[in-house]
Amino acid sequence: MAEILAVSVAGLMKSYSSRSAPAARSGSRRRAAAPVVAPAPARGPSPDGRIRAVDGLSLSVPVGSVTALLGPNGAGKTTTVEICEGFRRADAGEVHVLGLDPIADAAALRPRVGVMLQAGGMYPGARAGEMLRLVAAHHRQPLDPAALLDRLGLTDAAGTPFRRLSGGQQQRLSLAMAIVGRPELVFLDEPTAGLDVAGRRTTWELIEELRAAGVTVVLTTHAMDEAERLSDQVVIINHGRVVAAGSPAELTRGGAEGQLRFRAPVGLELGRLLLALPDGTTATEGPAGHYLVEGTVDPQLLAAVTAWCAGNGVLAEDLRVEQRTLEDVFVELTGSELRP
Amino acid sequence: MSTPVPAMPVPDMPLLDLRPAPGAASRARMFAAQTRLELVLTLRRGESVLLTMIIPVGLLAFFAAVDVLPSGTESSVDFLVPGVLALAVMSTAFTGQAIATGFERSYGVLKRLGATPLPRSVLLAGKTAAVLAVEVLQLVLLVAVGFALGWDPDGGPAAVPSVLALLVLGTAAFSGLGLLMAGTLRAEATLAAANGVYLLLLLIGGVVFPLSKLPGWLRTIAEGLPTAALSDGLRHVLADGSGPGARPLIVLAVWAVASLGLAARTFRWE
Repeated sequence: MAEILAVSVAGLMKSYSSRSAPAARSGSRRRAAAPVVAPAPARGPSPDGRIRAVDGLSLSVPVGSVTALLGPNGAGKTTTVEICEGFRRADAGEVHVLGLDPIADAAALRPRVGVMLQAGGMYPGARAGEMLRLVAAHHRQPLDPAALLDRLGLTDAAGTPFRRLSGGQQQRLSLAMAIVGRPELVFLDEPTAGLDVAGRRTTWELIEELRAAGVTVVLTTHAMDEAERLSDQVVIINHGRVVAAGSPAELTRGGAEGQLRFRAPVGLELGRLLLALPDGTTATEGPAGHYLVEGTVDPQLLAAVTAWCAGNGVLAEDLRVEQRTLEDVFVELTGSELRP
Repeated sequence: MSTPVPAMPVPDMPLLDLRPAPGAASRARMFAAQTRLELVLTLRRGESVLLTMIIPVGLLAFFAAVDVLPSGTESSVDFLVPGVLALAVMSTAFTGQAIATGFERSYGVLKRLGATPLPRSVLLAGKTAAVLAVEVLQLVLLVAVGFALGWDPDGGPAAVPSVLALLVLGTAAFSGLGLLMAGTLRAEATLAAANGVYLLLLLIGGVVFPLSKLPGWLRTIAEGLPTAALSDGLRHVLADGSGPGARPLIVLAVWAVASLGLAARTFRWE
C-alpha cells in the first residue's frame, strides 16, 4: 500500500505528573488573563493530579507537505511532536509515522526522520562543525557538513564551542543536524524561535527548498506569518486539542467572509446599493460616512460597488478590502494572542 | 580533528541536494566517529586532564620524592605505582565518565543522539573505547614517570596478562558505577558525588598508603571497595611478583556485574 500520509495521529492522549511535564521554552505557559472563547476543558491538573497535555488530538500530514502546528505556549505542540519522534509514549491513541510505530519501529525510523529539538542536544564542549560532522557520520549519504554550515551562515562559527554560540547560531546548527542525514520527514520544533530577521529568512528558504525536494516537514511555531508563508496545512492546537486545520487560505476564508470598507458622503441609500450586489451581501453605515460591505469579496463585488458609486456620482474614498488574517482566526478560536 | 578554515565568501549559495536519501551509516563508522569525538572532548576539558593526568602524576612524584609514607620494606615508588594506576583507572572510568555523562544527559545530548541512527550500544561502546584510550595514555605517562623515579616492577613479562585483566575488570566496575550515578542523579549531584567518592576512595583505596594503616572496621569496608581491590591486585603482581590473588578479582568482578547490571536497568537517557 502506498503511503499517502507521512504522519497520522488519532485520538492522542498524554498526561504528565506535574513534575515530569516538559517546560515551556520561555515566557509564561499561558496568558493568565486571556479570555477563553473556544469551549475547551480547563487544562489544570485532573482529579488524579496529572496535567493533561494532549487530549484526544488527531491530525494527518500528507507526504511532501509542510504542516505547521500552531498554538500558544503549553498547547501540547511539543508533546505531540515528541510522541511522533518516539521520545514519549502516548497514554492512548494511534500514532503512525511513515506507516510505522514511533517506539516499536524506532530503529527503522531513525535514519528516515530528522529531528530538531526545541533546545539543547549538543555536547557543550563540542564545536559546531564537530557536532554536525558527528551526526553526518551516523548517516549513509549525508549532506556535506561544510556546505550545509555555509548555507546556514555558520562557517565562521564552525570552530566555536556550542556553549559559546549565540542563540540564533544554536538554532541554525540544530536545524542543520536535523537535515544533514537527508531524511524523508523532519520535525522542527520552533525552528525560528530566537532568530533575527536574516536568520528567519534563511531558515524559511531552506524549509521551502526541503519541500521542493520532496521532504515532508512538520514544524511548530507561534509565528502566524511563518505558518501562513510556509505551510500547506496549518493545524491550530489549543489545550491539547486540534481546534482547526486546513490550508491558510481555507482557515482565513471560513466563517466570517470578507469585508469592504469605504468612506463616502453621509446617507447613501444602501437599499439601492444592495440591489446591485449579489444575494447575501450586507451593507451598513457605521460612523456617519463610513460604510461596510460584508460578503464574498471578489473582483466582481469590488467592481459592482465602484460602478454603483460612479453611476450615482458618489466618490468612494479610502476603499479597502479586509480579509481575516490567520491571527484573527487564531484569536477567535483560542481566545489567546500569540507572541509576535 | 581538523578545524575547517573559514571559506572565502562565495557569491552563489552552495548547491545542497536535499532530496531524501535516508540510511544509517555502518556501525563501524558510527563507532569511530563517536569514539573520536568523546576522546577529543575529554582531552579538551581542562578539569578532566587535571583529574586523570596531572593529579595521579603529581601524587606519584610527590610521595616518591617526599618519603613521608610508611610503605614497609619496599621502596616508596614500587608501592606507589600500582596504587596510582588504580587511581588513574578510577579517575577516568568513574569520576570523569560520571561527570561528563551526567552533563550530557542534562544538556539533552543523549536524547538528541537517540534520535539519530546511532544505536545506544554503539554510543556506549564509543564511550568505553574513549575511556580505554585515555587509560592507555595514563598508563604510558605513569609508567614513564615511574621508571624515571626508579620504579623496579616485579613479575617480568608474565605480569602483563594479570595487569591487563585487573585493569579491564576495574574499568568495567568503575564505568558501571559512573554510569549508574550519571543515569539516575541530576548532573550537579553527580558532579559533587563523583568528586566526593573520588576523594574518599583515594584515601581508603590503598592508593598512597597501605590499608593496614586504617582502623580495623574501616579496613574491612575498604577491602570490599573496588579501588582497594584494584590497587591491591596490581600491587600483588607488580610489587610482590605474585599472581593478582583471588580476592581482588572477585571483588572487582562482583562490582562490575552489579553496577553495570543496575546501570542498564536504571539509566534514564533524558
